[in-house]
Amino acid sequence: MVDASTRQKLFGTPETNFLNCSKGWKSWAFTLDHKRIGIMYLIGVTVALFLAGVFALVLRSHLFTFDSTMLSDDMYNQMFTLHGAVMVFSFIIPSIPAALGNIVLPMMLGAKDVAFPRMNLASFYLWIIGTGCLLLAILSGKGLDTGWTFYTPYSIDTNTGVIYATFGAFILGFSSIFTGLNFLVTVNTMRSKDQGWFKLPLFVWSLYATAIIQVLATPVLGITLLMLIAEKTLHIGIFDPKYGGDPVLFQHFFWFYSHPAVYIMILPAMGVISELISVYSQKRIFGYSFIAFSSVAIALLGFLVWGHHMFTSGQSLVVTLIFSAITFTVAIPSAVKVFNWLATLYKGSILLNTPMCYALSFIFLFGIGGLTGLFLGALSTDIHLHDTYFVVAHFHFVMVGGTLTALLGGVFHWWPKIWGRMYNDFLGRVGCFLVFSGFNLTFFPQFVMGSRGMPRRYASYDPEFQIFHQLSTVGAFVLGIGILLSFVVLVYAALRGPRCSSNPFRAASLEWQSSSPPDFHNFLQTPVLTDPYDFESQVYDEELDTYIPREFANPDKVAPRKEPVHH
Amino acid sequence: MAVADSHDTHDDHHDLYDHGEFIAHHFDSAEQQFDSGKLGIWLFLVTEVLFFSGLFVAYTLYRTNHPEVFEQAHVFLNKYLGGLNTIVLLFSSLTMALGVRAAQLGRNKNCSVYILITMVCATMFLGVKAVEYSHKWDMGILVRSAFNLTYTHPTPTTEIGKALHISDYLVYLCIVPALLLAGFLAASVISKLINKAMLAKFMVAMAITVSGYFLGVVVGVIFMSATDAETGSSHASVIAEQPLMLMASTQDEHDEGDHDEGDHDKAAADPNHEGDHADHEEHFGSHPADGGEASFDAHHPDPSTLSRDVGIFFSIYYCMTGLHAIHIIGGIIALAWLYWRSLLGHWRTDYFGPVDYVGLYWHLVDLIWIYLFPLLYLID
Ligand code: HEM
Ligand SMILES: [Cu+2]
Repeated sequence: MVDASTRQKLFGTPETNFLNCSKGWKSWAFTLDHKRIGIMYLIGVTVALFLAGVFALVLRSHLFTFDSTMLSDDMYNQMFTLHGAVMVFSFIIPSIPAALGNIVLPMMLGAKDVAFPRMNLASFYLWIIGTGCLLLAILSGKGLDTGWTFYTPYSIDTNTGVIYATFGAFILGFSSIFTGLNFLVTVNTMRSKDQGWFKLPLFVWSLYATAIIQVLATPVLGITLLMLIAEKTLHIGIFDPKYGGDPVLFQHFFWFYSHPAVYIMILPAMGVISELISVYSQKRIFGYSFIAFSSVAIALLGFLVWGHHMFTSGQSLVVTLIFSAITFTVAIPSAVKVFNWLATLYKGSILLNTPMCYALSFIFLFGIGGLTGLFLGALSTDIHLHDTYFVVAHFHFVMVGGTLTALLGGVFHWWPKIWGRMYNDFLGRVGCFLVFSGFNLTFFPQFVMGSRGMPRRYASYDPEFQIFHQLSTVGAFVLGIGILLSFVVLVYAALRGPRCSSNPFRAASLEWQSSSPPDFHNFLQTPVLTDPYDFESQVYDEELDTYIPREFANPDKVAPRKEPVHH
Repeated sequence: MAVADSHDTHDDHHDLYDHGEFIAHHFDSAEQQFDSGKLGIWLFLVTEVLFFSGLFVAYTLYRTNHPEVFEQAHVFLNKYLGGLNTIVLLFSSLTMALGVRAAQLGRNKNCSVYILITMVCATMFLGVKAVEYSHKWDMGILVRSAFNLTYTHPTPTTEIGKALHISDYLVYLCIVPALLLAGFLAASVISKLINKAMLAKFMVAMAITVSGYFLGVVVGVIFMSATDAETGSSHASVIAEQPLMLMASTQDEHDEGDHDEGDHDKAAADPNHEGDHADHEEHFGSHPADGGEASFDAHHPDPSTLSRDVGIFFSIYYCMTGLHAIHIIGGIIALAWLYWRSLLGHWRTDYFGPVDYVGLYWHLVDLIWIYLFPLLYLID
């Protein structure tokens, strides 16, 4: 136990914190503080999300009628390419690790910062440069019409800005490697004393697994894109069939990165969900080690299945069969997680606030996304479904229904910690409802039309598909409004929301032992190492109106639990 | 209990740990910092290996699919020059290791000397490479689309080229190092004048480093002419008076009707390629007179008998060695930084991390060459 004034200092509202400890734009632009870098990343990926989101709404508007002339065919191609490229490379890959992970990971370890703060800042600037290069493809007036996959030989022959875009993706790759390398080292060497691997929150495990993929897969994308640039400028004849090259080799290289990359997108999301489900059920996570190891299993198995994107590209039958079989095994660790989350919910005392609503949406949407992946991994069905809207729906269920949903849930969860202010929970839940229903309205019809043969990446279509496209377009706008509403709720909360305490929801991982907002050095004292899923370790302190570790509490002034109040 | 006894000092949390001079604020101890750096550099090396792996995979695939192309192509690489460079790099690894050892013992002076030798080896490597590259460009041995083997050499047009009987390309490749050399010398004089002895010393060392490049060029040219007769990389072989248009005379399964035209355009557009083939009439440098006869043996294949895909071998060759050269240049920059810090006397028995890390990187760059050399030069 410590005395009251110390308690006040540690867990009360701090006068100086990482947000106000230094001022001026330089204190942000040159900061080495992981929290500030995380916030800048968050702003960056939000801009990317809105930009690519606008492209998506333009696409959906065009598709409202089957004979639409809103966009020329060329414009349509450019629009979906930029939508996909910006969403994948600039938004979704950095989103959870570089923004949320950056803020939370060192604190979860009780550390002051990541192992290499300068590299962390460099990662952010590389992100800016890389995204700038991607956008240069539009700004230069050349556009980009290859699809986000840059398949050869078309990408070699087209005169659009492939070089800008691939160079941008190359730079973004290094940004991602920097984050991953930093996290791997941080988790290995910066854990607090006695914090063994099995005392780590599952979010840390998932970021670790993600970082393994970032470090192992991204360099291959880098060299592939460099070779593509060399092919385009010098015609080296490695990918270009005109000069004796092999265009399918490009596909192999590309998917060797890009399939693992889909796990770069989903693993951090799964980590967020493990935290949310457990905190808002106030129940120890079910099957900790299964969840932890399934992250690593996914990361490793994910390297062996890239060929499932190429079932129709002319692989040998044997190879195709093997890839199909391994694809099925990857679904197992994913399912392990889902069942563990469900088991955690069972008999938990569930708080249905905004983050939890997002977490539940995630389980539902990811379930559909993952299961439809199995349809695609099965050879006979994939021959029919490949390159149809079914694939589009599948990956949007996992990437938007999965990752975006988890990102929003995580942002709401840690928002009070970051800003020391509470969001409006009612409006937050309305936003979540709009996101969830708008999302389903957008993408569920795409499963239907895909299975009926509507091909992807076409600017016009048979009239029979029009009704599905119209549902989808309406849904996209609902989804857009939902995201916009959440954005407004969050920004308002950060600026004007009511003050909140250090640990309003009785979470037990170490970051909640800092004040809200945290100090520049994260913790004013060495945090007490607690089991991240033992919520009994946190008791309610009446004077401070917050949960604090039992060790700090005044035994006379605590209650085990306070009834949560909705704002 | 784990609550630290530092509660009352927390306003002053910068002093929470008594940090040594070079320990960043977020580390608890020198040991933690060193371990982090070490793990970080190892992971970085992993990414480097994977970065090269794409090219190694491409190499393996093309070699298994077209072994004959690789057999035809490798004769154009001069294995003596390749071998020389291998020895130079191996030696530099040794001096690097000695430098690390010196840093670990806190012997800054020794460390700086070893690092300087390492840097000189690095630039020497690049100098030899420049001789090889320029020689190939002269003969039209370029990437696939521009590949146009002629065995003839354009007459040098630059004054230096004419005077020294060396290829124009080699002259061009010496421009930047020459400017650097002049710059470093000037900088050292200026530093001396304004009484910055340490800086002057550094600039002199940089000038010595850059001189290594010219040493490499000289040794490379000598080696090249001494081994002329033995390898197909010779420029001595004369097989025809007029330049041979390889592309036009060979056909294989990849041929498509329109590609010749495309090739030609590409070749003309290539800045390294002097569109004007009429230049190729004369040879320069001294060379054995028997070269003409030798031109039809295995070392001097007639271009018209070569597979068109020999160009792909050279695409891979340029990608691999070019990427490797970029890594050498990056290494030189890192070594220069270490040299500067050695002058400042930064290394102590409990602080030598940076030398260790750059050393590991240098060994990897070396190791990659150890793989490239047999894979590219020693095919048989
Ligand atoms: C549960 C395990 C999963 C399985 C079995 C699976 C399977 C597949 C298969 C077989 C395809 C190829 C379909 C085709 O082109 O014909 C595919 C496409 C795709 N999947 Fe998944 N997937 C899974 C999870 C995920 C996750 C978690 C993500 C991302 C977060 C994802 C993102 C994608 C994307 C982006 C594509 C399409 C790429 C393109 O062609 O543009 N998948 N998936
Ligand atoms: Cu995949």
